[in-house]
Amino acid sequence: MTTQHQLLCALQTVRDPELDEPITSLGFVASCTVSAGGDAEVALRLPTYFCAPNFAYLMVADAYDAVSALPGVHSTRILLEDHFAADAINGGVAAHAGFAGTFDGEAVGELHELRTAFLRKAVLAGTDQVCRPLLAAAADPATLLALTIADLPPSAELDRLRQRRAELGLPAGQDAPLLIDPQTGAPVSADALPLHLRRARTTRISIEANGGICRGMLRQRYHLQAPGEEDGS
Amino acid sequence: MYEHDGEKYFVVDGHTHYWNAAPDNWVPGAEQFAKGWIECFHAYMGLGPPETHWPLDKFQKYSEDDLMHDLFDAGHVDVALLQSTYLLEWYKEGFNTTQRNASMAERHPGKFLVNTRWDPRDGDEGLKTLKANVARYGSKGCKLYTAEWNAGSRGWKLTDPAAYRFLDACQELGVKNIHVHKGPTIWPLDKDAFDVSDVDHAATDFPGLNFIVEHVGLPRIEDFCFMATQEPNVYAGLAVVLGGLMHARPRFFAKVMGELLFWVGEDKMLFGSDYAIWEPQWQVEGLAAWQMPDTEEFSDYPRLSTAGKKKIFGLNAARLYDIEVPAEYRLAEPVAGA
Repeated sequence: MTTQHQLLCALQTVRDPELDEPITSLGFVASCTVSAGGDAEVALRLPTYFCAPNFAYLMVADAYDAVSALPGVHSTRILLEDHFAADAINGGVAAHAGFAGTFDGEAVGELHELRTAFLRKAVLAGTDQVCRPLLAAAADPATLLALTIADLPPSAELDRLRQRRAELGLPAGQDAPLLIDPQTGAPVSADALPLHLRRARTTRISIEANGGICRGMLRQRYHLQAPGEEDGS
Repeated sequence: MYEHDGEKYFVVDGHTHYWNAAPDNWVPGAEQFAKGWIECFHAYMGLGPPETHWPLDKFQKYSEDDLMHDLFDAGHVDVALLQSTYLLEWYKEGFNTTQRNASMAERHPGKFLVNTRWDPRDGDEGLKTLKANVARYGSKGCKLYTAEWNAGSRGWKLTDPAAYRFLDACQELGVKNIHVHKGPTIWPLDKDAFDVSDVDHAATDFPGLNFIVEHVGLPRIEDFCFMATQEPNVYAGLAVVLGGLMHARPRFFAKVMGELLFWVGEDKMLFGSDYAIWEPQWQVEGLAAWQMPDTEEFSDYPRLSTAGKKKIFGLNAARLYDIEVPAEYRLAEPVAGA
């Protein structure tokens, strides 16, 4: 029998592609239940009525895939709540209609390109997370150029960076360079290093500041307890 | 004007609205969008200090007296730019049209500059209206929503050939300040609605125009920064950065300001309260008193000097809009040489 714990674990693998965080830690899972017979039902909520429907669709579709893949789950319902396009998205995902089929006439393509663009941003942001402590300790940023993944101490941030790189088909093995171009996977050159690190930092700030606003809006909308001024940072 | 620590600031609020989003203005059949829109705005207000929050019914439709008080009596604002937002698919008389803004502004000479708008999908009729609005209201700027609905079409780009006709017209008419909404939005559905690459191209092709990217492309600050740093005529509109982060997320506020100061620079950043989402008073007072934190985390960001604050509060916008600034509020040296 599938348990609620398993359901939550499955939902934990679903990320907001824009914020690069699990929907569970963002507070987007309003409820989730699974019956003895294996009927799973998950309610999702977002920070605003007008949150971008493309990202909303991806989260609902990914949640559907993650939950329905659980052994013992026979039926899956993912219900996005309080969103202007909730009916279209819920119905489209349940019918396996794809994004273009869900928004017939309003969208021409699927969302792979969008997802990939945001994964590349996540790689850049993750680069800053991993490099910042190194930069604080290193006298010369150029020393980073010679490092491979294996040279770094293990950390959750490093795992995450490697996972995002692997998802994009970029070098992610132990012998891969720490610094790569998120588009091509080529090692970063000495000339490109300062701009690369600066871009990585700006991208990280952008994603994290956005996450801060989204959390604040969700809190306003659902009158949630404020966990702390700078949670999630 | 605002005085803090013996320094005098001339304040141009680059982003204000005078809207009617009450139920009497909702289009039948589109009520859920009209309601959802204003409630979404109202939640943004919640990111400001609690004592500045309004009840929803006041927020839907505030009075002219409220606005005059909040901007000019309490809010330290000298001149306010009224930005228009039409949303005629959802609001019968529009959300806040050029006409609504202008009829109010006419009763308060010298306080407002009325910006107009255009939509390339309106074609020749739209060009006529633009010319008429400029002749009647003297608009030197316009506000563009590239993601706005229009007769079944859910968005456009500044690089569309139809848009270039309007940009040509703006150049001829002296509408030299193009405010582009690149911030929280919905459409187009299948692309990234915050994409700023169209501004990049238009700014290169129309060097005589200034492009003010409102809300700095939030949540894609990085894309905006990388673009703005290469285009001398692209500016950062700080509405939402201040209102949405300064109180609710002070550390992120400092980091975002640091990024903007680094990439865009204090000569190209413009204050805007986004009234009535947030009142200007706490934002003016907060920014005047604000300093980049002194800890290691912020050590490689540029500092914001008093002169920089003066530019952001009003001198930059005054330059773009040819607003006469009294001598006591100017910098000792010309802004361009600073």
